[in-house]
Amino acid sequence: MMENGGLKTGNGQAEWDELDPALKQALSDFKASVHAWSEAAASRPRTMREIVVRRTWRLAAGWGLASILLAGAASGGLYEHHHQQELARIAAAEREAAHQREVAAERAQADEDALAKVDSDVSQEVPDALEPLVALSTQDEAK
Amino acid sequence: MATANDIAAQDFASIVENHRLQIFRFLLASTRDVDLAETLTQECFLKAHRNWSHFRGDSSAMTWLMRIAINLQKDHWRNRRMQFWRQASTNKVDLDEASEWLPSGERSVEQKMLARERVAHVWRAVEGLSERQKTIFLLRFVEELELSEIAQSTGLSEGTVKAHLSRALARVRAELGGKR
Repeated sequence: MMENGGLKTGNGQAEWDELDPALKQALSDFKASVHAWSEAAASRPRTMREIVVRRTWRLAAGWGLASILLAGAASGGLYEHHHQQELARIAAAEREAAHQREVAAERAQADEDALAKVDSDVSQEVPDALEPLVALSTQDEAK
Repeated sequence: MATANDIAAQDFASIVENHRLQIFRFLLASTRDVDLAETLTQECFLKAHRNWSHFRGDSSAMTWLMRIAINLQKDHWRNRRMQFWRQASTNKVDLDEASEWLPSGERSVEQKMLARERVAHVWRAVEGLSERQKTIFLLRFVEELELSEIAQSTGLSEGTVKAHLSRALARVRAELGGKR
């Protein structure tokens, strides 16, 4: 309680006396309550357990958060790496297919050329057995 | 033979012994957080110890310590960078819990109940005050400092202290009036 029912400090008494009784009582109770609380809190056995528990909790939360971030970064990196590899594989497959198509086209062209050459050679060559007929047709043309 | 340092250390030890509870009580009432009040009290005396050689004795050791405590408390709340973590880890007790504390006297159960109710009303009024008003109110009505000591501790003029105190009291009065 307030000393002598009011403030113990010198010039506070007059000011205190001016307050209405209900307010005085409330302020006295409030002061007594804060004093009782602080005395109890100051004299409580200060165990390290609470502090350790709180620190452990914070440490665990910190590590948890860091682990999540690390895992996120790692999985993001892995995904990106996998994605890049997939793209590279698709590009290589496309290049290979294009190459195969080119080779096939070249081969087809070469085959066609070879066939055309054979055709023209065959058409110009006259078997020996037909040589007399060729001579006759040449004489007819001369006449 | 005791050296000047030994004497200074002894002086400081007696300062801690004489004022520790008062500083802790003020910080506890300001923060309603026992752990935070303990931490800030320790910081207050650490800071005071570091600056003990600069203490000229122009003001009383009490007002000097109180000024350090007020600044530490201000710094604590002003530092918003870690506000989220501060709020997440706060141990602030609610108003009802704070109002539970009453000295063990010879009061009847009914008287205790009424006293608890009055204390809760004052806490509610204090909750609605600005930081400055709250500090001045607590220094005046819990720590019973003189207006001049409050002015020294807060770095305000006595007139300003009076004005803040008057507003704070009006608020408490209104809160008590509202209960009827």
